[in-house]
Amino acid sequence: MTTIARPVGSPHSPLSRRPDDAVVGTPLHHESAALHVTGQALYTDDLVGRTSHVLHAHPVQAPHAHAIITSLDVAAAYDVPGVVRVLTAADVPGTNDAGVKHDEPLFPSEVMYHGHAVCWVLGESLEAARRGAAAVAVTYAELPALLTVEEAIGAESFQGARPTLARGDSAAGLARAARVFEGVTSFAGQEHFYLETHCSLALVDENGQVFVQSSTQHPTETQEIVAHVLGVPSHAVTVQCLRMGGGFGGKEMQPHGLAAVAALGATLTGRPVRVRLTRAQDMTMTGKRHGFHATWRAGFDADGLFTGLEATLTSDGGWSLDLSEPVLSRALCHVDNAYWIPDITVHGRIARTHKTSQTAFRGFGGPQGMLVIEDVIGRCAPALGIDPAELRRRNFYVEGQTTPYGQPVRHPGRLVAAWEQVTRTSSLAARRAEIDGWNAREPHRKRGIAVTPVKFGISFNLTAFNQGGALVHVYKDGSVLVTHGGTEMGQGLHTKMLQVAATALRVPLARVRLAPTRTDKVPNTSATAASASADLNGGAVKDACEQILARLAPVREALGEPSWEELVAAAYRERVQLWAAGFYKTEGLSWDAATMTGHPFKYFAYGAAVTEVEVDGFTGAYTTRRVDIVHDVGDSLSPLVDLGQIEGGFVQGAGWLTLEDLRWDESDGPGRGRLTTQAASTYKLPSFSELPEQFHVVLLDHAHEDGVVYGSKAVGEPPLMLALSVREALRDACGAFGPAGFSVELASPATPEAVYWALTAARGAS
Amino acid sequence: MAEIVVNGRPRDLTGVAPHTNALDFLRACGLTGAKEGCAEGECGACAVMVARPAADGSGTAEWTAINSCLPPAAALDGQEVVTSEGLGTPDALHPVQHEMAVRGGSQCGYCTPGFVCSMGAEYYRADRSPAGNGGPHDRYHGANGFDLHAISGNLCRCTGYRPIKDAAFALGFPASDDLIGQRRATPAPSAAATSLEADEAAYLRPASLTEALRLLRDHADAVIVAGSTDWGVEVNLRGRRAGLLIAVDRLPELRGFSVTDAEVRLGAALTLTEIERRLAGRLPLVTAMTAQFGSRLIRNSATLGGNLGTGSPIGDGPPALLALDAAVVLASAEGTRTLPLAEYFTGYRQSRRRPDELITEVVVPRPVSALTAFHKIAKRPFDDISSVAVGYALDLADGVVRRARIGLGGVAATPIRALATEAALEGRPWSAETVDAAAAVLAAEGTPISDQRASAAYRSAMLGQSLRKLYAEATP
Repeated sequence: MTTIARPVGSPHSPLSRRPDDAVVGTPLHHESAALHVTGQALYTDDLVGRTSHVLHAHPVQAPHAHAIITSLDVAAAYDVPGVVRVLTAADVPGTNDAGVKHDEPLFPSEVMYHGHAVCWVLGESLEAARRGAAAVAVTYAELPALLTVEEAIGAESFQGARPTLARGDSAAGLARAARVFEGVTSFAGQEHFYLETHCSLALVDENGQVFVQSSTQHPTETQEIVAHVLGVPSHAVTVQCLRMGGGFGGKEMQPHGLAAVAALGATLTGRPVRVRLTRAQDMTMTGKRHGFHATWRAGFDADGLFTGLEATLTSDGGWSLDLSEPVLSRALCHVDNAYWIPDITVHGRIARTHKTSQTAFRGFGGPQGMLVIEDVIGRCAPALGIDPAELRRRNFYVEGQTTPYGQPVRHPGRLVAAWEQVTRTSSLAARRAEIDGWNAREPHRKRGIAVTPVKFGISFNLTAFNQGGALVHVYKDGSVLVTHGGTEMGQGLHTKMLQVAATALRVPLARVRLAPTRTDKVPNTSATAASASADLNGGAVKDACEQILARLAPVREALGEPSWEELVAAAYRERVQLWAAGFYKTEGLSWDAATMTGHPFKYFAYGAAVTEVEVDGFTGAYTTRRVDIVHDVGDSLSPLVDLGQIEGGFVQGAGWLTLEDLRWDESDGPGRGRLTTQAASTYKLPSFSELPEQFHVVLLDHAHEDGVVYGSKAVGEPPLMLALSVREALRDACGAFGPAGFSVELASPATPEAVYWALTAARGAS
Repeated sequence: MAEIVVNGRPRDLTGVAPHTNALDFLRACGLTGAKEGCAEGECGACAVMVARPAADGSGTAEWTAINSCLPPAAALDGQEVVTSEGLGTPDALHPVQHEMAVRGGSQCGYCTPGFVCSMGAEYYRADRSPAGNGGPHDRYHGANGFDLHAISGNLCRCTGYRPIKDAAFALGFPASDDLIGQRRATPAPSAAATSLEADEAAYLRPASLTEALRLLRDHADAVIVAGSTDWGVEVNLRGRRAGLLIAVDRLPELRGFSVTDAEVRLGAALTLTEIERRLAGRLPLVTAMTAQFGSRLIRNSATLGGNLGTGSPIGDGPPALLALDAAVVLASAEGTRTLPLAEYFTGYRQSRRRPDELITEVVVPRPVSALTAFHKIAKRPFDDISSVAVGYALDLADGVVRRARIGLGGVAATPIRALATEAALEGRPWSAETVDAAAAVLAAEGTPISDQRASAAYRSAMLGQSLRKLYAEATP
């Protein structure tokens, strides 16, 4: 059972004011749903059969985690029937680099991780390219490899900035605490496992213009990297993204090098080139969510209020920087989650390891920061003798307090409202008592329940990225074509943008159509990331529509009450420009990366979740019995879309925390550094068996967000962190196997095996 | 001429290489609805519906969902396939497509065509029975009789599954004028004898067992395929290629099924789904095993013969069959022989089956023990590979364990019997003390290793815990 709350609000700013007959706010299904379900929706690789003379690319992947390439002999590949070309570093006309930090050689001379692509073979068929790749002879001089964060810390192998977020005097905060606890919290990363693997298809026209169709969340940056590798200006490269079969952050940076390989191949051969990774290639070559290692000391006063926190967070960055620095910044900015910690010092650093270069993943460090503080609370609560739900609630921010980086926490009452609503509607108190009764009766199966909050900052930490663009065409017949800078990866952005345009222009939804995202339509876009794309592109679409409406106003006035079609036709005759480029930038932001202070976020998205689980004491296997969520999306632009983001984000977060288990070969054997879970058969995603038996999601009422497009809030990432309630519920259930007050340490992911060891430790602690 | 009828239209198979899977073939035909998500039958994005003989043996056709990434395209010679494009169009959505679309069942949409086909097959399942008609109605079964296990082999990374479940449970029943539904009334296409050669390799589907055995005798390096759920993974992920593939999945001699007081005979080429349906609970241990064997998509293709033929130490069939004292019937051009399963496995993926021999049947003696159970330890409850699997068959009389058979998977290079544990149980009272002592013995059986699925310590612990769990659950 799911209910959708009606949006209510008291709008003030013109941007957030919502007309009575708004198309935004109506629950629509995904704009491409009919194409999805009939198999008609096209993804990048579906274009291959519609393109003539395509060459297929296959990588030569290194079988070592760290090595110098001592020789590369491609001659034998050309003996394989169907092989057309082998791409190596010598072929790069521009810069041999695929990263914005210039630390990612596209064709490396030093292998930095197991599976690193050394060169690429182009063939008439994928089979020919695969056989050609197998024929390439590479010799390597192996070097020592660092696989774990602990190994990297031991070797002092770090990369990038080492920021510190601090407020007050954390030593004094700990000194005045009634109780001080310390611990280590380590947790794994996560594979994106978008169902559509990376894909690019590049063509070169008669004039040397490069056209790359790419499954990318960041077409502008893909364009820039392609141009950079080819040594041409950006205007010589166009990138288009039709839609993605999932992104989740994994296609923010990772597509660029692959698009560059396709573009390079197309440039050199004059033929279209397809680069599509198999699942194993995708998993072994592209970055993942960062795993972290954290050490911490936390102080609480006699009432259980935080007095201070000192922590060092070390992320596992993999072989290159990629987005590790901003991910770390966001992790530091979310260690507080929803809690007032008066005196705090959090150090951050990025380990350089010989693994894939870890990257953006839904939440972008936020989940990692929050996991640390929720782990602290989950472990300390039993020792403090305070119910974890109560301990969390006591420490919530109140109006007037600021985050450790100095931004006032606006609307903390909304979190309280969400928390109180979800604890009430889930009957938390009554079920706590029922569960205690069940646990007292049942020796072999224990249940656990937990409630956790989410406070997540919306906007890119880096202020410059907080801009959006759109191009709105009104044709003479009154039909409307919208292009904007955001990409569609399933999150429903295009659906929302259609609703925004229809609302702004006051035309029926059916009059508006959306064109695929292209860099020659809307330039200089930001990544579709940070949950902010509806805010940014919605603001830009609305701006473009309002420019057009302003030009139409005199015509409308002259005509009385014309229909939209009459108005548009008349305006054309009067030579009124019927299209406009819209722009939006988020006001009021600031961020100083050196001091880690400022006002980086436009607002906070809030939510709270209650989860109940049942654990089998024999095996550690568990089921999620019930989940209740109240989440703040402002005045929803599109309630069905937002509901889907909340549910999907939650289940994806639960996957990260409980099931998805990235394992690298950390042995000293010949496979050292190999990802051993590189397939769907070994890396298990949530399937329908992980769907909570009961799943109740409600959008927070009275949540109008002033100053954001039609009063809405971002929704892509924040709900993922609601899944921390699953982990805490598992901790609670494990604790029920042991004596009261036992502090349960739970590995992450909390697989059945991890849960078994945790409950076994609890059992042994009587 | 070799061809597949896809969405009512014949598609020529001439020149298609034996290593080309059905998915790539369909996509090359311009039918790009089915997607590759994993190329190993784990995600279901490539699912399509195939008209197969009804799993209950009734002789009519049944729309069966399979992973198209696994079988060679050649395996579908003469068959009828329906893809998401064939179910409906954006202007005329199929009921399954309609429910998926309006309930938010698609987000990125990439997995959706596969979900639609898995759901379509369940929509058309002839014995789908609404709760009001005696069908089950629980966490996994809708009031409309829809069994969610039908989509256990389909992964969605976006929605979290709730809207897909709601769409499934909202489905009605096919209208009488539904052409795809009507197709079920007449027999499925028979298996066409096929001989396709391309890219220096051949795919042969012999018409008879005699011919199959002759081919095996003459081609020692031939690869035998049935559902291709294992071979397809080898081809797609590990680049294996065979000079000669011999398809045996539709040979009548391998598709027998009989139940007498003395034994149950299961044709080696029956799919797990067919075994499940036709046994109808008559071998509870096998039913418990099949319920946890892969996903529905896999069970619709995988065969017991294949599971024993590949001889994987982590296959789910052997632990159950070892506990049941099953035997394997092996046929060759020279004749047949029957081998107890306990003597069949000789090493990692090795067995006593000679290259010229074919597994034709599995024989389970009856009556079977009263207390049987199948315990599978895995990260995910459905569609996962076992870390450890245990099959139990215990005879109890007057509170004493008269006979114990325990089969184990995942703890050695081959499936094994837990002989020491059986000895520790037999002749002793079925009591907590006996179970505790035997559990310690069981925990020391085999030589479990640590890998990405589980640690050796957890595997050993789970062996002992399994017996304790069996006792706790069998003792009210």
